[in-house]
Amino acid sequence: MINTITTTFTTIHAIIFFSIIALTTLFTRVIPFLIFPEHKKTPKYIEYLGVILPFSIIGMLVIYCLKDVSFTTHPFGIPEIIGVLTTVLLHLWKNNTLLSIGGGTIFYMILVQFIFP
Amino acid sequence: MSEKTKALKVAFPYTIPILTGYLFLGAAWGILMSSKGYSVIWTALISLFTYAGSMQYVAVSLLALGFNPLYAFLMTLMVNARHLFYGIVMLEKYKGTGKFKPYLIFGLTDETFSILCSTKPPEGINKNWFMFFVTLLDHAYWVLGCTLGTIIGTMFTINTKGLDFVLTSLFVVIFINQWKSTHNHLPVFIALGSSIICRLIFGPANFIIPAMILIIFFVTVLKKPIKLRETL
Repeated sequence: MINTITTTFTTIHAIIFFSIIALTTLFTRVIPFLIFPEHKKTPKYIEYLGVILPFSIIGMLVIYCLKDVSFTTHPFGIPEIIGVLTTVLLHLWKNNTLLSIGGGTIFYMILVQFIFP
Repeated sequence: MSEKTKALKVAFPYTIPILTGYLFLGAAWGILMSSKGYSVIWTALISLFTYAGSMQYVAVSLLALGFNPLYAFLMTLMVNARHLFYGIVMLEKYKGTGKFKPYLIFGLTDETFSILCSTKPPEGINKNWFMFFVTLLDHAYWVLGCTLGTIIGTMFTINTKGLDFVLTSLFVVIFINQWKSTHNHLPVFIALGSSIICRLIFGPANFIIPAMILIIFFVTVLKKPIKLRETL
């Protein structure tokens, strides 16, 4: 089944490897719910974080999506800047989620495929 | 119409951007995996049970380093540490979700989180079914994308370069909606500032954990001004 993998990786290895990744991923998702179960009162500080963090997280995710963009080498992040601006302007103008996302993405694709290939 | 069907109908439109993003990101990963010799059984099972986009991509690069369980474990912790934030935010929303709760927690990806934390289902829609269907649909798109990619493999000829920007756009839109929903922009500035500074210092692969620590630090020491603005 696995034929092009180097000799260091057998089928058993692959099963263990991917199981570790799946279980560790699940662990990172479950842990807050284990530490702060429903029947116990959540500490005020954690409640505060729960209210405030959504606003921070989305900002962090936007940067996370753009993390591999280089502003010092060609094309200097220009497609990303224009793509984000298109999304922002469309959204402020029409306030239609699918239009903003579709418009921004299509424009970005044209930029990276044809103008800055 | 039953409660279930109604919730599904309301949930679906919210997931359309994710449908696009997941199908293509999933397919790209499937293609990558098939080039490493993995069949569709592997990619179906991995995407079904791991269900973490970034980590699945990192896993492919880890394969090249040989079998090292401890390293795989530590890398997964690092790449997925941001899930801790999502859990803390969803503690309150997932209260009372009963039988749905284990699955809702399992399926809490960046994208599902971004929809669920920023959306209230309309009046008369069962909140539990709504959150369940958003989670389930996203999960289905991901598994479908990953398996299709493996099957289609290198037959893929459409130039999809740049399509992954759909997820960046999705987060930008949610960012604007959140921005408009509050006068309290301090947490946003903290997040942007911390993330950008840490990205510059630690580089693209290692900045998320330092950024998370910095964000926690600032929202903690600035709790008073943040709370004060909350009440405005």
